[in-house]
Amino acid sequence: MPEDIKAHITGVVFQIVAHPGDPVQEGDPVIVLESMKMEIPVESPRSGRVQSIPVQEGQTVQEGEVVAVLE
Amino acid sequence: MANRGEIARRIMRACRRVGIASVAVYSEADAGAPHVTDADEAVPIGPAPARQSYLSIDAIIGAARRVGADAVHPGYGFLSENWRFAEACRDAGLTFVGPSPEAIRLMGDKIQARRLMASVGLPVLPGSDGPVGDVADAEREATAVGFPVLLKAAGGGGGIGMARVNAAGDLASAYATARRRAEAAFGDPALYVERYAEGARHVEVQILGDGRGTVLHLHERECSIQRRHQKLVEESPAPVLPSETKAALTRAAVAGARAIDYVNAGTMEFLVDSAGAFWFLEMNTRLQVEHPVTEEVTGLDLVVAQLRVAAGEPLPWRQDEIIQRGAAIEVRVYAEDPAKGFLPSPGTITTLVLPAGEGVRVECGVASGSAVSVHYDPLLMKVVTHGATRPEAIAKMEEALAACVVDGVKTTIPFLRRVMAHPDFRRGTVHTQMVEQGAFNA
Repeated sequence: MPEDIKAHITGVVFQIVAHPGDPVQEGDPVIVLESMKMEIPVESPRSGRVQSIPVQEGQTVQEGEVVAVLE
Repeated sequence: MANRGEIARRIMRACRRVGIASVAVYSEADAGAPHVTDADEAVPIGPAPARQSYLSIDAIIGAARRVGADAVHPGYGFLSENWRFAEACRDAGLTFVGPSPEAIRLMGDKIQARRLMASVGLPVLPGSDGPVGDVADAEREATAVGFPVLLKAAGGGGGIGMARVNAAGDLASAYATARRRAEAAFGDPALYVERYAEGARHVEVQILGDGRGTVLHLHERECSIQRRHQKLVEESPAPVLPSETKAALTRAAVAGARAIDYVNAGTMEFLVDSAGAFWFLEMNTRLQVEHPVTEEVTGLDLVVAQLRVAAGEPLPWRQDEIIQRGAAIEVRVYAEDPAKGFLPSPGTITTLVLPAGEGVRVECGVASGSAVSVHYDPLLMKVVTHGATRPEAIAKMEEALAACVVDGVKTTIPFLRRVMAHPDFRRGTVHTQMVEQGAFNA
């Protein structure tokens, strides 16, 4: 069952840490957002494999927007 | 004014006081912002991301040339401690309101600054003499000075790229993160190791030099209430600081500034332990965010002084004429959620009610309807109170914060009110780890 990972804050995608196909553990940073000069990791809620990353580095994302999908 | 927000407005006010017309610059995100509408003239400099606007040397020099500006005030943050910017201003025939590019460069290299200050007799914390080569090297240095240690960026200060490491096992990951942050912020990943001073206070000394042989201090500021190594509350005088420690600090600060022939406003930062021992941390070669507390207790206008020095005038005061009267406190109102670990809270300000009254000063960069962008520092405003005594300044601050309304974004106001009410703060017994230790949690 695919699961969306959403941004918990509005920010700019600073770094994509995990890429499609990468295995992740619960708590691993999937992407890092930059907001107001702070780097804020968006973490995986569970172990699994990344299916897709629908955002690009430098892109502005709103709070609640999907930034990664787990398989 | 190569800056935005409250500090651009603050500089504008000083310019007006001495009859200088001011020109604002602004990014696409700041069109219509208070610092733009306040200025005599305003020039767009590019898209919202700071790298393409407020951090673009070419864009700002270009704007200054277009309007025929004589001088550039960098404010704090952005390009204020970028020696290449100061040099580019000089090359373009613009007066940079600040120290020389050489002084900025020297103090910007935190390892060089440490060495230089140690060589003129200022105490520095034990640490690596130069940058560490790799994790193994960092571990050797850390073991030599003893854990906990701080990994610090050689290329710049302000707490950016700084990591506390409690044990050797945590070093590798902290080292990798700190290097990445240092590279991103300063373009230089080099790190050095310094002993972590547990339970110390952050006390700094305001300096003014005029390039004609006069270097004065404007006394100290206490700035220990910090989160992520960034200040939240500052005051002058520093409470419960023994007079002999204070005298030694100001002497050391002036000696350090003289050693580099420092011109314009600068700040020498120190850590002070409970026994009164102190160590030089770094020098900030610019106007500080917290300069108003110094202005309130000394009655002097630091930005006007900066402009006069930049115009080649001598400082008009003797050291013994600069006296601290009463007590002043500043709090920083950030668009952050203190209940969620000071997570940024961008958004639109729907309601803004500012406090006012006798002994209350507000330096505000936003208005009702302002968008608080993800692209910039979350500082909304500074509230400064001045009283005949410290308890009076605290009481005024409590009233001011109670009267301050910011809707639309989360702010640090609830946290700041808890700081004012906290018995340790009221006693003046503060240290730099209190916030992270949860002393002011709801």
